[in-house]
Amino acid sequence: MTRDLDPFGRRLRALTPARVRLDPEGGATPLASVLDFQLCHARARDAIRLPVDWQAVKAALAPREAIELQSRAPDRDTYIRRPDLGRRLAPDSLARIPRSAPDLAIVIADGLSASAVAAHAAPMVEAVAAALTGFSIGPVALVREGRVAAGDEVAEAMGARLCLMLIGERPGLSVSDSLGAYLTFAPRIGTTDSARNCVSNIHGNGGLPHAAAADLIAYLARRALEIGATGVALKDERGQATLPSAD
Amino acid sequence: MPVYSATAGGETFRFGTLAALMAAATPARSGDQLAGIAAETEAHRVAARYALADLPLAEFLNEAVVPYESDEVTRLILDTHDRRAFAPLGAMTVGDLRDWLLSPSAGAEALSSAAPGLTPEMVAAVSKLMRNQDLIGVAQKARVVSRFRTTLGLEGRLATRLQPNHPADDPAGIAVAVLDGLLQGTGDAVIGINPASDSIPNCTRLVEALDRLRLEFGMPVQSCVLTHVTNTMRMIEAGAPVDLPFQSIAGTEAANRGFGVDLAVLKEANDAARSLHRGTVGDNVMYFETGQGAALSADAHHGVDQQTLEVRAYGVARAFDPFLVNTVVGFIGPEYLYDGKQVIRAGLEDHFCAKLLGLPMGVDVCYTNHVEADQDDMDTLMTLLAVAGVNFVICVPGADDVMLSYQTLAFEDAAWLRRTMGKRPAPEFEEWLAQMQLASGPRALPDLARRMGIPA
Repeated sequence: MTRDLDPFGRRLRALTPARVRLDPEGGATPLASVLDFQLCHARARDAIRLPVDWQAVKAALAPREAIELQSRAPDRDTYIRRPDLGRRLAPDSLARIPRSAPDLAIVIADGLSASAVAAHAAPMVEAVAAALTGFSIGPVALVREGRVAAGDEVAEAMGARLCLMLIGERPGLSVSDSLGAYLTFAPRIGTTDSARNCVSNIHGNGGLPHAAAADLIAYLARRALEIGATGVALKDERGQATLPSAD
Repeated sequence: MPVYSATAGGETFRFGTLAALMAAATPARSGDQLAGIAAETEAHRVAARYALADLPLAEFLNEAVVPYESDEVTRLILDTHDRRAFAPLGAMTVGDLRDWLLSPSAGAEALSSAAPGLTPEMVAAVSKLMRNQDLIGVAQKARVVSRFRTTLGLEGRLATRLQPNHPADDPAGIAVAVLDGLLQGTGDAVIGINPASDSIPNCTRLVEALDRLRLEFGMPVQSCVLTHVTNTMRMIEAGAPVDLPFQSIAGTEAANRGFGVDLAVLKEANDAARSLHRGTVGDNVMYFETGQGAALSADAHHGVDQQTLEVRAYGVARAFDPFLVNTVVGFIGPEYLYDGKQVIRAGLEDHFCAKLLGLPMGVDVCYTNHVEADQDDMDTLMTLLAVAGVNFVICVPGADDVMLSYQTLAFEDAAWLRRTMGKRPAPEFEEWLAQMQLASGPRALPDLARRMGIPA
């Protein structure tokens, strides 16, 4: 089905994650490559379409308190078509948020990858909490059909000083379980993406490990409270870019 | 303000503004629904088309969909409108224009003479009255040629952008992807990298590496590192070997501001790159990317449908006589183009409208994983575009862009298009490929890799 490369060709191929073929004779794509592509695409599609098992997330977070919330998007299809609805909370969800005025509100949203939330959300909450000793943290909010900005409304209702949104990133073919973390100072409805700091590519396939991501988030959170800002105003001295929202 | 109306099936529909009429007439797409301006019913949509068909083209010179006073793109479009070129079309309605475009009298020369007389809004309007086969058939008649080190857009030719992206901008990884693309005969439109890091030293390093490669192999190609145009200008000032400045553009002043550009800065970049005289067969230098939904995404759509705004972006592009323009049609996301059907239609519209305005149009035949589309949809779109005479398509190894995490065409897809449709690469590049005999000649991979500086 596929042409085996000689050792030299294999060394070249190892220099990039790209699907290089390096076959001077060309011709149709080998069937093995076609099927591998289809499997990777299927995994990415499943990560987007399959629901998060929120009970499992709650169990993984226990004994930490968690509250289940819903955006204004009632289902996945609406979520994908209407980003505006995914950025806001359903009214009955908003009413269930306790105003505990913590230093940090942690919000988990499905975003575009259920597998990212399943694999990385709960461990990231624990890693961040451990790295932020002295911070009061509200109950973890779990938002179905949520986009990044949904965290602003949650955190504003809690009266939190900072919001950390952990959200499933849009899957690519090579990685379908990548988690993104967005930190926002003084979060409120209408906060723009340039006012956030993003730590992206949290996953186990050559991405940012949990501990390193948590250290970076903790550093950013402490600096944010010192200078009273996140986003373009908060420079990360460790070279991580401040990116606009990828939602 | 005029009110537009039409009666369809005994029911009368009214449209409060020209923008509302255009938005109702456009084929269904998620972005216009998101903006709340799409037709309310299917009959409403067809009624809008009846009204649009009867609208005189001259109306577009009197009614701006985005205000003249507050938008420099509108001012550019109206102030540079060529009334002499418009004169032969001056008495036509939008429907008449559709009929003329489909008639034998609208040949390549007639289309190219008409282009300066057409505004983006006229072209967007007529596209809304055209079926996919009409968009393909007229685009196929239009010929737009651009030149730098290769000549693009000639009849019977199909060029390719080789896009050797790497998630960490690793030079060896990029070189391996370039080698893979060259082995399959791609790269004649441009070898263009989307850098993972936009830092100027990084972009300079990449553009220098591509230029060394070009010189080592005596390749008639042009390179581009797709960073912000202001970065590219700083690279030019510092003496970097910049062939083509790149910039994403959109169809309103506010949306362009969201991209951090205006017409003045684009002119500056165009002038700076032309002043280097790096082209050998021509001096078209700008490379623009566009995509339906960009203005809505920047909250700068003024209630105008996304396809009309996209064509206004071509109005921006043509002011700079660019070398390359392409729509990133399936990349913007399902909130703008929901599925394969919408992506395919939009790709054909974008290509047709740009060609009619006189732009050297290519298409990034692509999708993201949350769009309802797959490789079969891409096969369909690329085939239709090749029939329509698209100037170039974008290719990556195995159709998987490992930096931008989306799927575009594979090198094999471009080779398939050329084989199946009898399309050839740009003439300068074709000659070079024949000399190099990359695909079948004596040069083994290790020799090529060594000359490319790949450590393996």
